[in-house]
Amino acid sequence: MSNRPTEDALLPQAAMPANSTVKMPVGVPGYTLHEETRQAPASEPPVWPINKDLQYVGHSAHRYDGPDKASGRARYTSDVQLPGMLYAKFVNAALPHAKVISVDTSAAEKYPGVRGVYVVEHVLGPAELRNPALDRGRYPVVRFAGQPIAAIAATTPAAAQEAATLVRIQYEKLPFVVDLDKARESNAPPVFPGPADEEGSAGGGGGPSDVHQTGNVHGPSVHRVRDTEQGFKEADVIVEGHYITQVQTHSALETHGVVADWKPGMLTVWASTQGTASVREELAGYFDLPMSQVRVITEFMGGGFGAKFGAGNPGVVAAALSKKTGAPVRLMLDRQEEHLSVGNRPSSDQTLRIGAKKDGTLTAIHLVSYGTAGCGTGAGCAGPATNLYQYASLHTEENDVFINAGPASAMRAPGHPQGAFALEQTIDDLAVKLNVEPIDLRDKIDNHPVRRVERQIVRESALWKSRSPVPGADQGPVKRGVGLAQSVWYRFVRTNCAAEVRVHRDGSLEVLSAVQDIGSGIKTVLAQILAEQFGVPPSQIAVKVGDTNYPVGPDSGGSVTTLSLTPAVRDAAWQAAQKFLADIAPALGVSPSDLVLVDGEVRSGSGKFQPISFRRAAAKMTASQITAQARRVPDYDPSKYLTYGGVDVAEVEVDTELGRVHVRRVLSVHDCGRPMNPEQTISQINGGIIQGISFTLFEDRLLDPKYGLMVNPDLDLYKIAGAREIPQIDVRLVEAYIGQSSTDASGIGEAAGVVSIGAAIGNAVYNATGVRVRRTPMTPAVVLAALRQGGTQA
Amino acid sequence: MNRFALADCTTIDAALSQLKDGAVVKAGGVDLLDRMKDGIEEPQRLVNIRNVAELRGIRETLQGLTVGPLTTLAEISEHPGIRAHYQILSDACGHAATPHIRNMATVGGNLLQRVQCWYYRSANFQCLRKGKDFCFAFEGLNQYHAIMEYTGCPSVAPSSAAVALLGLGASVELTSAKRGKRTVGIRELYVVPDANPTKFTVIEPDELLTAIVIPRPAPGTRSAYQKYGEKESFDWAIADAGVVLEMDGPICRRAVITMGAASPVVRRSPQAEAALAGKPVTEETARAAGRVSVEGAQPLSMNAYKLDLFPVAVYRTVLLAAGLRGRDPSAAG
Ligand SMILES: Cc1cc2nc3c(=O)[nH]c(=O)nc-3n(C[C@H](O)[C@H](O)[C@H](O)COP(=O)(O)OP(=O)(O)OC[C@H]3O[C@@H](n4cnc5c(N)ncnc54)[C@H](O)[C@@H]3O)c2cc1C
Ligand code: SF4
Repeated sequence: MSNRPTEDALLPQAAMPANSTVKMPVGVPGYTLHEETRQAPASEPPVWPINKDLQYVGHSAHRYDGPDKASGRARYTSDVQLPGMLYAKFVNAALPHAKVISVDTSAAEKYPGVRGVYVVEHVLGPAELRNPALDRGRYPVVRFAGQPIAAIAATTPAAAQEAATLVRIQYEKLPFVVDLDKARESNAPPVFPGPADEEGSAGGGGGPSDVHQTGNVHGPSVHRVRDTEQGFKEADVIVEGHYITQVQTHSALETHGVVADWKPGMLTVWASTQGTASVREELAGYFDLPMSQVRVITEFMGGGFGAKFGAGNPGVVAAALSKKTGAPVRLMLDRQEEHLSVGNRPSSDQTLRIGAKKDGTLTAIHLVSYGTAGCGTGAGCAGPATNLYQYASLHTEENDVFINAGPASAMRAPGHPQGAFALEQTIDDLAVKLNVEPIDLRDKIDNHPVRRVERQIVRESALWKSRSPVPGADQGPVKRGVGLAQSVWYRFVRTNCAAEVRVHRDGSLEVLSAVQDIGSGIKTVLAQILAEQFGVPPSQIAVKVGDTNYPVGPDSGGSVTTLSLTPAVRDAAWQAAQKFLADIAPALGVSPSDLVLVDGEVRSGSGKFQPISFRRAAAKMTASQITAQARRVPDYDPSKYLTYGGVDVAEVEVDTELGRVHVRRVLSVHDCGRPMNPEQTISQINGGIIQGISFTLFEDRLLDPKYGLMVNPDLDLYKIAGAREIPQIDVRLVEAYIGQSSTDASGIGEAAGVVSIGAAIGNAVYNATGVRVRRTPMTPAVVLAALRQGGTQA
Repeated sequence: MNRFALADCTTIDAALSQLKDGAVVKAGGVDLLDRMKDGIEEPQRLVNIRNVAELRGIRETLQGLTVGPLTTLAEISEHPGIRAHYQILSDACGHAATPHIRNMATVGGNLLQRVQCWYYRSANFQCLRKGKDFCFAFEGLNQYHAIMEYTGCPSVAPSSAAVALLGLGASVELTSAKRGKRTVGIRELYVVPDANPTKFTVIEPDELLTAIVIPRPAPGTRSAYQKYGEKESFDWAIADAGVVLEMDGPICRRAVITMGAASPVVRRSPQAEAALAGKPVTEETARAAGRVSVEGAQPLSMNAYKLDLFPVAVYRTVLLAAGLRGRDPSAAG
């Protein structure tokens, strides 16, 4: 996935504490639930039973900060207002490819209200040349329109914006290319003068750095399992398809931005980020500051979807301007900058061939993909082909194609919506060729035990039962269809995270972690864990997160937050509770082991005293505060390679005269270990489905081929699903215990529908019309063309 | 956005007297402020007419309707009289943009909004309609552009209200302090880009649009408008159709068929109208009218799909107007 310094891979391995054997629930209640033994550190709290036997965890709880968000009390980065704060504005390149000869800021500096001007020295985000000496020149080479060149800090936003127009930039234009096919041609203008690589972020993204680069083609990155030539020879049937997906931008409602306050001895930064730790590290590294002198705060966050790791250009520039001016500086991107310069989901052009035996057994999967991550890398999309099914052989070649456009960044399940769009439609094609039901074929080739249960749930659903086995069966121009597709995501564990729990003598409880709540609801879950451990309602718990002053939290990328952090929180809570009971036991005249915490009370197991309220018991503490800190222990059985996923079913109506695809209903059956808060988990899946529908049917970053500029850098002509495009979504959460940690939580953000819904829609369109649409977004133009050509090739 | 002076007026006379020295009228501001924020226009003075009460409201007369230009799209779409007798207009105003925008957007501003061509809307592109001599759409991205009746500038008419008002044979009253009032028909309100690419409408800088006058439809008239986008929530038309049918029992005495997103200026389709006149309205005749509605079209490199869309928009809207079909779920937005 990634190689940032905050990640486990680069850290020395912690010693494993002494183990004890525990019995844990594993499997799906009602289907496959059983007990397995695990070796857990002896310091771990007792094993939790399945959700129905817990009081708070595993039950829906409303969002901890819902009222703050709904009422406007929540303070997002752009709400931070500091005395003397300046407003910064970027000056961006207006050309897609150019050498910057000079940057004249003198007029801007003299503009009334301007306090500081900064010329960007190094652009963060694009791939870096293996040989940096190839980029000679005083200023960074412009490789995409919208690349930041300088920034102005002024006393008002208007002054900053006006002064920004006064910066004179002299360019030497370079030939450019913004079209993937053209960029692949041997005589295409090179985006880089030599091989270049992009490092991954905590959310994935980035690409391999050990591959060839020929012209703009960075790759292939080849992965082989046994021999596909042999595999195709052994195949009874072969299906093949050519699939194309577009570039999507993250389009979080809150744009990237920071408020940086550089004071002697402490740089404080409010950031809209998915990783407070990642921002701190990048700033400390960039400005050569000790980590102890950088503090990053993210009280509330308005969406990131993978694009918000590290300080990035806004963080570095705001900090530099704050240092220069001696005043706090706010730098929020506008919508256009958000589209152009801070990430996107790469496109894909995939040729996929699958061979199978008559009984469905896959003998070979062969995928060649090209995709563009702009002037970055990370367009690989072989994940689903590699990891969803059993096969005798596999050959994948992933190529990044550089174009003069903003660099991609991780975006919700990097590579997977693209890869699944091709794979899951090809599997359906195979089912047609083998004359079997698509769901039965998947039973044959997919041995994931949880997806097997999920398919069973789908099979029994009214929606799936309503699917016509004959494609294009409806009379009349509007045709209904139902299709399914599967998703896969992986268990990444960050052990580099910790939490602190405090019990105060007034009976109040708090939990502290630097983790940021990016909207997925970790705050609420932390409150639930303390509630479960102390037997008090979640509303009595204070949750303090989003501040690097607290114990380090995981960066929220790769669906790691809940599964990484919650065991540390539970361990800290359990240890604090043990300390608390030991501390008050003498005053109650019992031994600590006789005390239980339940229903807001402290009780004596042997009935030695009448139950007393938690509050009154806390008053007996011998210190004003009891604390415990715990770090995430490794998974109990790290030898297990674990994936999660789901099965999504889409019902569509295709208006064949208009080429319009309307998604009417979605059934989403998903697993994520122990769902900690079903309501919030379902909300993640709703979001994934909506984002996936928007990707499949509407969104498209459009670059003018002759000028290399984006023509729709807004949320109007960049078409994004609105209320009317959202179908009825029924989510069925499948509890799937895996016996891996003290909470046994897993992740959901990425597997949540966004991977599979595009292919499910594609399969539903096929079921409706008998025609396959192999291209996104499925606009009327695309669908009409496919219908006209009978689906041979969109 | 540039800095500007703002003159807030509450009467027509005050507003007219402010319309000098490059001042620009601001009604709801939905379109004007977008252009200013996108840096494609930098007026130094705005005359805010939003609070001119005499320009707001709907009057039903024996001759028809007089609609003040400041009446919002929402007010028009909800007006019972308009719903009953001018269905095409309530359809058009009720399905433009979004509920929030319809509360802010005035019908006068809607008629006078500028084209949505993304080259026109970007400060990075200086095209014909900004006084330069080049159109970027022909060799660029033109999937939403015109398929007919263009030569130099294939942008499309953006106003839904105009498609309805052209169908109803409406005209607008223009008033200037110096020259008094004049009346022009909806079609004549618009300047075809070939005649003068930077002019858009015949309104002079010192003129206000002060009324929209709609003749009362003949008895037996039925009408409808439908707008098709790529999506339903706040999308622009990729095809739309306005239909006014004067019925004589089952026979259509006279039909007016109008289209917006096909050409730079809102148009009538004489071929489609002829295909219905004197005939019973059936699925067959409606489809025949749809087919000929794009006769003579010359699509650009990326918008041939509109040749499929307009015939469908026309036939389904004819059937909707005739009461033979419900509102199309594909045009519900
Ligand atoms: C997301 C979105 C979707 C949209 N979808 C649609 C759609 O589907 N269909 C549709 O028709 N529209 C659509 N619109 C456009 C919207 O309806 C118009 O922008 C709006 O109606 C303009 O009205 P206004 O009162 O805000 O005009 P303003 O922005 O105030 O004015 C527009 C122009 O008219 C001039 N003007 C206004 N009133 C007068 C007057 N009385 N006399 C002289 N000049 C005047 C102004 O100077 C300005 O040039 C959409 C807009 C958005 C943002
Ligand atoms: S279509 Fe018209 S508005 Fe658009 S670029 Fe061409 S001339 Fe300008």
